Amino acid sequence: MAGTSTAPAIEASGLIKLFGKNRAVDGLDLRVPAGTVYGVLGPNGAGKTTTVRMLATLTRPNGGQATVFGQDVVREADAVRSRVSLTGQYASVDEDLTGQENLVLLARLLGHRKSAARARADELLEAFGLTEAAGRQVKNYSGGMRRRLDIGASILNTPDLLFLDEPTTGLDPRSRNQVWDIVRTIVAHGTTVLLTTQYLDEADRLADRIAVIDHGRVIAEGTPGELKSSVGAGTVHLRLRDPDQRAKARHVLTSMLGAAVHPESDPTTLVARITVAGDDAATEQAARVLGELAVAGITVDNFSVGQPSLDEVFLALTDRTTGTQEVAA
Amino acid sequence: MTTLSPAGTDSPSVFSPTPETMGALLARTDRPRRPSALAASAAFCWRAMLKIKHVPEQMFDVTVFPIIITLMFTYLFGGALAGSAREYLQYLLPGITVTSVLLITMYTGMGVNADVAKGVFDRFRTLPIWRPAALVGALLGDVLRYLLAATVITLVGVALGYRPAGGFVGVVAAIGLIIAFAFAFSWIWIMFGLLLRSEKSVMGISMPVLFPLTFLSNVFVDPKTMPGWLQAFVEVNPITHLVTAARGLMAGNGDITEITWVLGSCAVLLVVFGTLSMRLYNRK
Ligand SMILES: Nc1ncnc2c1ncn2[C@@H]1O[C@H](COP(=O)(O)OP(=O)(O)OP(=O)(O)O)[C@@H](O)[C@H]1O
Ligand SMILES: [Mg+2]
Repeated sequence: MAGTSTAPAIEASGLIKLFGKNRAVDGLDLRVPAGTVYGVLGPNGAGKTTTVRMLATLTRPNGGQATVFGQDVVREADAVRSRVSLTGQYASVDEDLTGQENLVLLARLLGHRKSAARARADELLEAFGLTEAAGRQVKNYSGGMRRRLDIGASILNTPDLLFLDEPTTGLDPRSRNQVWDIVRTIVAHGTTVLLTTQYLDEADRLADRIAVIDHGRVIAEGTPGELKSSVGAGTVHLRLRDPDQRAKARHVLTSMLGAAVHPESDPTTLVARITVAGDDAATEQAARVLGELAVAGITVDNFSVGQPSLDEVFLALTDRTTGTQEVAA
Repeated sequence: MTTLSPAGTDSPSVFSPTPETMGALLARTDRPRRPSALAASAAFCWRAMLKIKHVPEQMFDVTVFPIIITLMFTYLFGGALAGSAREYLQYLLPGITVTSVLLITMYTGMGVNADVAKGVFDRFRTLPIWRPAALVGALLGDVLRYLLAATVITLVGVALGYRPAGGFVGVVAAIGLIIAFAFAFSWIWIMFGLLLRSEKSVMGISMPVLFPLTFLSNVFVDPKTMPGWLQAFVEVNPITHLVTAARGLMAGNGDITEITWVLGSCAVLLVVFGTLSMRLYNRK
């Protein structure tokens, strides 16, 4: 279990990975305390997979260093391998074999004897609801089943640190919920989890802390609450009955919320960023906006308050680093 | 759960991970000792056997293909080169066995490439096991395929009238030597399998290497009639030495110099391409 050492689960400083001239990971710092769930959030190409692969000893960094439970991922790779598991972004199970054969093979590679490997595989198939599909080739599995098998393969030996690279991308809501449940159970047993995702919502639900990365660097780090409040509590989406009233509505919003109002391409809609932090304050501010619009005689067909999306977190964060560009919605 | 649910459909309504079942799994901290190099390789060899079970078509190239090659060359060249097909077979069989087996080695590289492309190796590479095990194990599986091809050809040869003077022991020794060479030779394709982008490019590179190497040798004809420059190439071609050694063993008069030559080239191939392959495997 992770409690045997006091070193953080992951400590990385100045990690660099180059692909030719492409700086996929460009001076990344990360500190993941043991026993927590850490979310790494970023858009396509941000360097999430590359980072995870370096930390899981699959790829060697070109610069910087990283330790897992105090052991260096390059110099002590074998020691690191015995404590971590990786469920990659793309399923790394063998399509030609059955679910059961996949697990038995991996169990044997972990040193279980033939009968013990079989027993362990069957237990896992049972726990992951795959008993019925155990004898079918993995190429006939659905995306959700494949994910479950892949995660199951990662906990054949309970790892101290589990990497999950976009574990729910491409899954339907039900399968996504199943994966979340699985992750929570794994964490409850003391395994540290580092998961990457493109969804703020997912990181919010599962992670104790989040690092937002872009262009191979951490551009923000903190608890989900800290991150969201640094961006504002979300956005107000308005649909007006009369497009002619949009200019007036925009004026009302601008005077109440500041400059962060964006007319959408649809002539009846407006999107504005809420400027106060905290869920309660945000709801209150949104209510006041609605009241003020009614006073101004503007008919609102649809009004909704959205959580800040990754887009918004992202735009806000990149706004900050590149100065104060106006963001087109 | 019904047993009638069609392949590919999920039964998510039935599945929800219960903390109890998952908990029992995760509570286990009994970690067995890591497997030995041999045990890990054996597990990967088992994987190769399972693949044969699930995709039996892949046995076509180690059974039907060698038979076709043997029949084709025996009857194509037999009359012209040796007076009769049966006569020619006495000369051709050891060489055609070498040719067939070496042509098949290319599939090893294609298999490795497919594993890399599908990400299967990623999981293997995060396991704390003897590093070459995945490659060695896959190759051991292929060695069984090579062995099958060699056996099939020998049996076809005997059925057509091949009578090795070395008898059973001589043939077994010759096949053993051929398989040993094929094992070492395969590392060339493993290296390309790890290096190149697609299975097609592995095949694309292996053909222009394999064809000259097997044909510009003493497999089909005695090199004495060839022009000098070609003879020079044939002389240094390791395939020529392998064929001469195998012929000797099958004929019951194994030439120790030739056998040493073959074993020496095995060692060189293993050291050079085995090392390069492992370097690529680790760096991927
Ligand atoms: N093997 C590779 N060879 C060349 N370039 C690569 C390789 N792997 C990744 N890259 C590049 O490195 C950058 C980071 O890629 P990476 O896969 O780490 O991003 P990501 O955050 O995981 O993205 P996604 O959300 O799409 O999975 C990208 O520009 C990508 O094109
Ligand atoms: Mg990725």
